Parts: sequence; C-alpha cells; structure tokens
Amino acid sequence: MPVDSDPVPRLEMRGISKTFPGVKALNDVRLTARGGEVLALMGENGAGKSTLMKILSGAYQADAGGTLLIDGKPVTITDPIAAKRHGISIIYQELALAPNLTVAENIYLGIEPSRHGQVDRPAMRTGCQAVLNRLGAPFTPDTVVGGMSIAEQQLVEIARALHVNSKILVLDEPTTALSSRETDRLFALVRQLRGEGIALIYISHRMAEVYELADRVSVLRDGSYVGTLTREELSAEALVKMMVGRDLSSFYTKTHDPHGSRGSVLLEVRGITDGGRRVRPCSLSLHRGEVLGIAGLVGSGRTELARLIYGADPKTAGDIVLDGQSVVIEAPEDALAVGLAYLTEDRKGLGLFLDLSCGTNINLGVIGRDARTGGILNRTAWRRRADQAFETLRVRAPSPQVTVGSLSGGNQQKVLLSRWLEIGPKVLILDEPTRGVDIGAKSEIYRIIDELAKRDIGVIVISSELPEIIGVCDRVLVMREGQIAGEVGGAGGAPVTQENIMAFGAGIAA
Amino acid sequence: MMQALGMLPVLFILAIAFHYLGDERFLTAQNLSIVAQQAAINTVLGAGMTFVILTGGIDLSVGSILAASAMSALIFSLVPGWGMLGIPAALLTGLGFGLINGSLIAFGKLPPFIVTLGSLTAVRGLARLMGNDATVFNPDLPFAFIGNAAIKIAPGVQIPVLAVIAIVVIVVSWYVLRRTVLGIWIYAVGGNPAAARLSGIKVWRILLFVYSVSGMLAGLGGVMSAARLFAANGLQLGQSYELDAIAAVILGGTSFVGGIGSIWGTLIGALIIAVLSNGLTLVGVSDIWQFIVKGLVIIGAVALDRVRLQSSART
Repeated sequence: MPVDSDPVPRLEMRGISKTFPGVKALNDVRLTARGGEVLALMGENGAGKSTLMKILSGAYQADAGGTLLIDGKPVTITDPIAAKRHGISIIYQELALAPNLTVAENIYLGIEPSRHGQVDRPAMRTGCQAVLNRLGAPFTPDTVVGGMSIAEQQLVEIARALHVNSKILVLDEPTTALSSRETDRLFALVRQLRGEGIALIYISHRMAEVYELADRVSVLRDGSYVGTLTREELSAEALVKMMVGRDLSSFYTKTHDPHGSRGSVLLEVRGITDGGRRVRPCSLSLHRGEVLGIAGLVGSGRTELARLIYGADPKTAGDIVLDGQSVVIEAPEDALAVGLAYLTEDRKGLGLFLDLSCGTNINLGVIGRDARTGGILNRTAWRRRADQAFETLRVRAPSPQVTVGSLSGGNQQKVLLSRWLEIGPKVLILDEPTRGVDIGAKSEIYRIIDELAKRDIGVIVISSELPEIIGVCDRVLVMREGQIAGEVGGAGGAPVTQENIMAFGAGIAA
Repeated sequence: MMQALGMLPVLFILAIAFHYLGDERFLTAQNLSIVAQQAAINTVLGAGMTFVILTGGIDLSVGSILAASAMSALIFSLVPGWGMLGIPAALLTGLGFGLINGSLIAFGKLPPFIVTLGSLTAVRGLARLMGNDATVFNPDLPFAFIGNAAIKIAPGVQIPVLAVIAIVVIVVSWYVLRRTVLGIWIYAVGGNPAAARLSGIKVWRILLFVYSVSGMLAGLGGVMSAARLFAANGLQLGQSYELDAIAAVILGGTSFVGGIGSIWGTLIGALIIAVLSNGLTLVGVSDIWQFIVKGLVIIGAVALDRVRLQSSART
C-alpha cells in the first residue's frame, strides 16, 4: 500500500454546495484526493457524485463559499478548459470520442501540432505512440476509434488524459460495459497509474471493485458528505449503512418457492439460433413461478439469446412453446401479444423515451389496450396505472408528468420495469435489471422479482453480477460462446455457487 | 406547449411594430383577415410537416404535391355536373403521393430526405404533365367559396373560409397528437425509434401514417390554392412552399431530431411568417429585401429561443 508521505493533498474540496432552482444538490461537501492513491467515491444515484464531479470538471459552478485547493493552492475552475489546465481529467461512462477519427487524432483533438500551417502528423503519431507504450495499449495511433471495443476506447480516453499530463484522474463507473477480463486489465492500469503518483478518484456502485482498488472510500448521501473509510475500516455492512442510512438486513429476499422448477413448464425454447453468428442452437425451459438465471461473460450471447426469443432479431431456426401452445414470434409485438416481455440492458438507448413523461413511459405497452373506441387515449387509466406504478415501485419523482430523462438511473429503471409489469406478462426476461442502479432501488427490484415468481410468472434474469444471480435465481444457465454451456441449481444439478458458474462460463468444467 | 409560448411574444412584437411602422394599418380587422388568409395554406402544410418532423423525418415534396393536387382539383372541377369531385380528387392525389413517400421510407428503409427530395422533383414533373404544361382555368369553379368566402362572426369582423379550414386542421392535429394512442406512438417513434420497436410499436405503420397525412394535407392545400385562384399551374404553383412549412415548424419549437414539439407552435410559426410577408409589404419593403429580412428573422427567432431554453434548463 502506498504510504501517505505527502502532507499536502493533491486535491482538496471543502464546503462545496450547489443549488439548482428548487433543489439543493450538494450541501457542504468535502473531498480529499492524494497523489498515488485511489479514492473511491460511493453513494446511491442522486447522492450528488456526478454533480460534485461536474463542479470539479468546470461543467457546473459551485455556490459561493466553497474552496477548491490543488496542491494546497486555492484555485477557481470556471470552465472545462481551466480544469484541464489544472491537470484534472474526467472519464465519463459515456465516452466522448470521435468515432470516425484515429486514436492519434482523438488524443490531439483541439491541440493538433502544426508545422508550416499544416497538421504535423508525424509528431502526432510519435507523441501518441509514447503514451500508448506507457499504457501497454494493444492498438496503434492509426487505428480508427469507431471499430474499437468499449474497453479500448476507454483506454484512448485515459491516454488522452495522460497525454496532457493530468495529475487528477476521475473514472466514472468505468467497468459498466466491460467484461471481467477487460475489467482486470483496467484494474492493473489503475494500479500502475497510482504507482506513477496520479491521484485517482474512482466512482462505482460495485462493492467488489471498491474492495479491490480503493485506498480510501468517501460516501455521499442525499447531497451531503457522510464520511470516509480507510481500507482497514472497510466492510460491506459499514458501506451500505453509510450509503443507504439504514441496515439492509435482507438484501436478497426470497419468499417464493425456490423449487418452482418442479412446477409445470411455462416456456420451452428449442434449438433457437441466428444461424450461428452470435447464438448457436440453444434450448431451455422455464417453469411457472421460477426465477431462471442466465450467466456468462459479456459477449457470450446472453443478450442475443434473449433478443432472439423476444423477436427483436431474426432467428433462422427454433421453436417456442408457451403454456403448451406453439407460438410464432417474428417481432416484439408478437412476443408481447402472447405475454412475453423483455427488459433491455440498454435503458436509455433501447428502453426509455427520455423526452416523454414517466406516466407515458409506464403506459406505453398498454395504451393500445386501454384506449377508448377510435384509439382515443384513456386518460383515467393512464393516470391510475402511473400512480399505482409510482406507489408499488416507490418511484421518486415529483409526479408522473415529469419527463423520465430527469430522473436518476434507479428511478428510470423502475419506470421501465413497470412498463413491462403493466402488460401483465406470463414470462418476463430481465436483462441486467440492476445495471447502474443504486442499492436502494436494487433491493426493491429484487423484491419485485420475488413477487412476480410468487404470482406464478416465469422470470429470466440475465446478469453479469454473480452475487445477484446467486441471490435471486433458483436455477442458472451458463452461456459461453453463444451456447448454453451448463446448468447449476434445480433438481439434481450442482448447487448454485460462484465457483460452479465460473467453471462453466470459463469452460473449465467438463 | 412551452416552446410554442416562447414564440408568441415574437409574433406580438412583430405585429405591433408593423402596426406603427405602417401608419397603423396593420392591426385592422380587414388586414388581419388578409393575414389569416395568407397564413392558411402554410399552416395546413405546416401541420402535416409537424407530424413528419415529430418522427424525425422531413417532407420536401409538399410544394410539388400541392401543385399536382391543385391540377387534379381543376381538371375534375371541369367534369360537367360533377365539379365538386375536384375536392376528393385533390385529397386523394395528395394522399396517394404521401403513401408512396411513406412506403419507400417505411418499407424501403430509405432516408426521408432522399425520398422526398426525389418526389419533390418527380411530382413537380407530373404536375406539369397533368395540364400539358399549361395553366388550367375554371371560372365557374363550384368550390370557389373555399378560397374566397368569409364567415361573418360580428359586425365588420369576418373570418375567411381558408382560415377556418386551417384552424380546424390545427385542432384536429392537436387532438390526434395529444389525445390519441397514435399521437403518443408518433412522439415515441421520433424520440427513440429503437425503443419504439422493442416496445411493440409497429414503426412502419406510424411512418406510413405521417407521410400520408402530410401528403393529404398538401392535397388540401392544393384545393385551397385552386379555389383561391380559379386556376392551377403545374410549374409555378407551390414552389418552395415546403421551405415555408419547415420554417413554420421550426419557429414553433419542434425539434428537428424528432420526439419534441407541438402543433400550436407550428400555428404561431406560420402566423409569424405571414405577418412578416404582409407587414413588410405594408411598410413598403421591396420583394428582394423581404426575402433577406424573412430569412434573418427565422434564424434570429430560433437563436433567441435556444438561448432562452438553455438559460432555463437545469442541466
């Protein structure tokens, strides 16, 4: 562990407040980051992490009265360029690269070296290569960014930050879109940068990552600073308590009959495939009141399999039997018509209509069904369903009329989930149901899954988080390279444990 | 609604300014009735355009469709004893072209800009062909009242039938967009087409609908135009009307990427354009300068709106 020999912290924020019209987003928050140290910043969605980082990056201005010290000297950051000048770089979840340009062009964007009035490409290439070498990047300065994986693009962003000699690097939920192998590589890099004396601020929801990386953890709640734990003081209970403000005694509640797999078969999928591009023939069965997990590495074909079943992508072969009846599903509307719904993993891109109201987002699947003669909106039903959904899922928003884009991730997810609950599905496929969602919303989503199983609905949960799969599911299928590689749990199967799932996922088990 | 109200002050300021610059001749019942008449056709085209732009599309062909529909209206109005057939003929002509646009976009998956740019040219040619490239007259047009009559609502105050049609189109459009399932689907498809598909919305139906509506309203514009002129000419009629319609929609605050906007905004946008044309003529500005001023006002008004929205936005 790097010893804190440096008495003056690299970054110190004190008494930071931020008021938006009608809302106090931050109230007297403090934060200290030291060179050669990873500070994890935790808090539920809406706790103020993003606002604080936006103040640091110059995107927002803090209210008067706060201080910001860099290397002990007070500075004011009025805009993103000033932040850059003070050596602050932030790598957001949504990467900000130009996909049509090369790595070198992206790194030098806006600071292109010139010679005789022309862009000095050789200098760009050399400078870029130097940074890439330092990071051990597996691509060249001439690679076009658009064709790269998310992990590689992230590396380009980090390279860009290092290239301008950033001393403070903020990583905002960097592993959300990474596979576990890519995550390992990112962690190695974070440790390397820590070794080089950079102050890292690491924002994450994932307890396991914080355990692995953080030297200290600062927690925000409802816009206020709660406290900081050192590595020695770190425990899951302490963190959760700080973040939520209460004990989470039963995080994974399972009150439904976990032996639902012995009930009658609800959904049977036989030999479904897209011709072998992403999904090779897969068969599975789901029982009434069962929570079936689908685990596997990112890219193993979990989402693709779900999309094939739902009719979102064309299948080349495969039969689906629902409730003993053979059904033809060629498009999502066919799936919905027979009571099969799918919650996408990409909430903002493929799920929500961010400019429409929460109520409309909730009602979107049923407005056709509820409509009066002639397709006229039934506004009474609209209001009733929206109010009910807000109450049962405890959506925190002023009213169903506000646009869903203004809510935090957890509340957005609850809105999207309730769209599918409203249609009254027989089978509900949930793809990464708690991605980017805070702990409070997580436990509520788990409660709802349990509730659905009790009502004899068949639930399929796709997740990258093994503790979630293990905590929520009765039986787990493990996918690898587009195929179902194995099954754990259920009658006579191996018990649902992390080791058993990993063994199938990595292809170690026979 | 908020964006629509944003442009309302601009409309009032223009009206008051023209009133005083033009020797207090602008804000008179007679002149306002002329303004309403001038705004009517563009309002009808703008309503159709609003549907299309709300889905993230564009319809460049409305001016040409208007010309072809007006030709239909005139040709059928000459059928002895069945002159009123001109109205349905024009509406069906517009609907037909709209359906072709919509089919190419919904099923052929072609970009709306390209498809309607093509039909802008092709339909213009067809319109000329319909009258053998000559003007068709009908001095005894059976539906001339549409273009020339007015309804008396108070002593000295008359509303032209053209304006009544425009108001009806706006109200019906508002009802469809805000009070029907179809309206919500239109906003949904424009806001996030991928999510719309995954939500079970038949996106092709929505696209087919909006381009058909736009085509049919261009057909209605054709009827209005023919009724006013007692004549139609395939070459000149409706030239660059699509640009005025788009300008009305954009002035009304409807987002070019789709999913955000309101029909009331379009009405205000169309009125701003009509007030500008009428007011500038009244003040004695030459035709050439009218073009320049109109263009600059459109850019300026939208820029103002952006600034206002940005300053009021929280994030």
